[in-house]
Amino acid sequence: MTTLQPPAAVTRRPDRPPAKRDRRSWTGWGFIGPFAVVFAFVFLAPIAYSIYLSLFRDKLIGGTSFVGLDNYQQALQDDQFWDSLVRVSLFLLVQVPIMLGIALLVALALDSGRLYGRDFFRISIFLPYAVPAVVATLMWGFMYGTKYGLVGDINGAFGVTLPDPLSSDLVLASIGNIVTWEFVGYNMLIFYSALRVIPNSLYEAAEIDGAGQIRVVTAIKLPAIRGALVIATIFSIIGSFQLFNEPNILRPLARNAITTDYTPNFYTYSLSFNGQQHNYSAAVAIIMGLITMVIAYVVQLRGMRKGA
Amino acid sequence: MSSTSSPVTTASQPAPAPAAGGSKGAPRLRTRRKHVPGRPRRSVLLTVLTGLIMLYTVVPLVWLVISATKTQEGLAESSGLWFSHDFALWDNISQTFTYNDGIFVRWLLNTLLYVVLGAGGATFLAILGGYALAKFTFPGKRAVFAVVIGAVAVPGTALAVPTFLMFSKMGLTDTPWAVIIPSLVSPFGLYLMWVFASEAIPVELLEAARIDGAGEVRTFFRVSLPLLAPGIVTVLLFTTVATWNNYFLPLIMLKDPDWYPLTLGLSAWNSQAETIGGDVIFNLVITGSLLTIVPLIAAFLLLQKYWQSGLAAGSVKE
Repeated sequence: MTTLQPPAAVTRRPDRPPAKRDRRSWTGWGFIGPFAVVFAFVFLAPIAYSIYLSLFRDKLIGGTSFVGLDNYQQALQDDQFWDSLVRVSLFLLVQVPIMLGIALLVALALDSGRLYGRDFFRISIFLPYAVPAVVATLMWGFMYGTKYGLVGDINGAFGVTLPDPLSSDLVLASIGNIVTWEFVGYNMLIFYSALRVIPNSLYEAAEIDGAGQIRVVTAIKLPAIRGALVIATIFSIIGSFQLFNEPNILRPLARNAITTDYTPNFYTYSLSFNGQQHNYSAAVAIIMGLITMVIAYVVQLRGMRKGA
Repeated sequence: MSSTSSPVTTASQPAPAPAAGGSKGAPRLRTRRKHVPGRPRRSVLLTVLTGLIMLYTVVPLVWLVISATKTQEGLAESSGLWFSHDFALWDNISQTFTYNDGIFVRWLLNTLLYVVLGAGGATFLAILGGYALAKFTFPGKRAVFAVVIGAVAVPGTALAVPTFLMFSKMGLTDTPWAVIIPSLVSPFGLYLMWVFASEAIPVELLEAARIDGAGEVRTFFRVSLPLLAPGIVTVLLFTTVATWNNYFLPLIMLKDPDWYPLTLGLSAWNSQAETIGGDVIFNLVITGSLLTIVPLIAAFLLLQKYWQSGLAAGSVKE
């Protein structure tokens, strides 16, 4: 943040209209065209293809036939799908608030200017973001080990028997811990960047009004970064619903606890690649996509409206 | 990172900060609990609490570094957070690079290929697109924006299966293209570049260049691109992380281990232990993991001045 002058950055609104003399011309397409073409190929075409696939079903005899919304109907009555959805919802309700709460507290602490060694803290807490989910999960998987891992060390050193983090009761929490570890620093940085551009004049005004630290946080800082909070929440929700990498990599260590329908994503993956049920898998994926979009949209509406 | 607001020197004891005017030791001890920009009081308690969070994020990395110095036997015998008697780091590294005819090197080169073409291409497309959104008015601009934002909400993994089937029909699966092409699109990069370009490029400068007779392409490369440097570094780093760390896409697209990126290779090594007769090589899994994260962490540390200012500009939009 060396180069940034917060007040100047704020007063210059980034979304002001382009130059008046910019005629409506097609020149802009020359620049955005390449992006648009690839985007259409890797985003729009698969979505369309997915919808198309979801309307068919493989028959044992006679090949593929059009079945309308049958796949959707089947999905809505599918216990495996609902169980996995409930599981990620539970995960979401517990993990996301904890992760974002810690991230916000650290961001506020960094921004308060009351820390010793602030820059050191900021970069060390951010570091896990650079670690691939595969490596993070392998690391934590080793550490969770009750025989040779850190849990085993603690058991040996203190003569206790800690519960096994990879047992079916605890494995969801253990995955939550890995995800929290991976993304707490990233969210912290988003919040911190948003906090840095709050104009100093607001703080000066608050000081004249005799506002205390807590009041400054609740009345100035939190409202000012509401946009960042909403974005981070939405991305975390999308991330939770997509949960796949961590349970998939942890599975060899906890084969009984993590089933192949553990999360909706895991379920669609298994349907497609182990079961060859591409059509049904597409329908499940679309339902998940719709649920995610609706929830993200609701969060956005509520988040943006509050006190605005 | 020197900061804009915090003091360079602060008494480490909670001594009263000298008041602006008369600071000849006059005991102005009235505690100032207000937020004073530029002169906040350091807090030991807050530092300790933040330190706990830092321990949480750093201890696993310390564990990784320490474990990479151990042999397979040492891993089983010794405590996770201290060194074993045998220091095998160099041996582990050379084994990692040579095991199975040096397949790890192959995976590393694959990852680099995916990053250079995928993340590099994604950044380039995001720069062009962001610049267009920031500096031009064109028919369909609002539609482009709406579609991109809407599509971001679609879970990427929900796209994976249809993308796989599509690519499979085109004969692209099990080739590097199956990993590179989807990596070329970074909606987050486009958004960041758009915000950054809006701010960093004065319209007057573009107009001046146009009046001087420079074409759009020339204006872009000669005038705009240099101004976008911090934003480009930021987007490049984030797309690089996304590509370097990608797991799900290569997992479904690639069967041939010769095309694996590091992430997929490491997880294959890890699950090798449970196959019958499979070689247990946890020491190589751990050392390979360390080698996988070192380049990214180094890049983040070396370039932090640039990407942090780029990210801060992005947050103005909120």
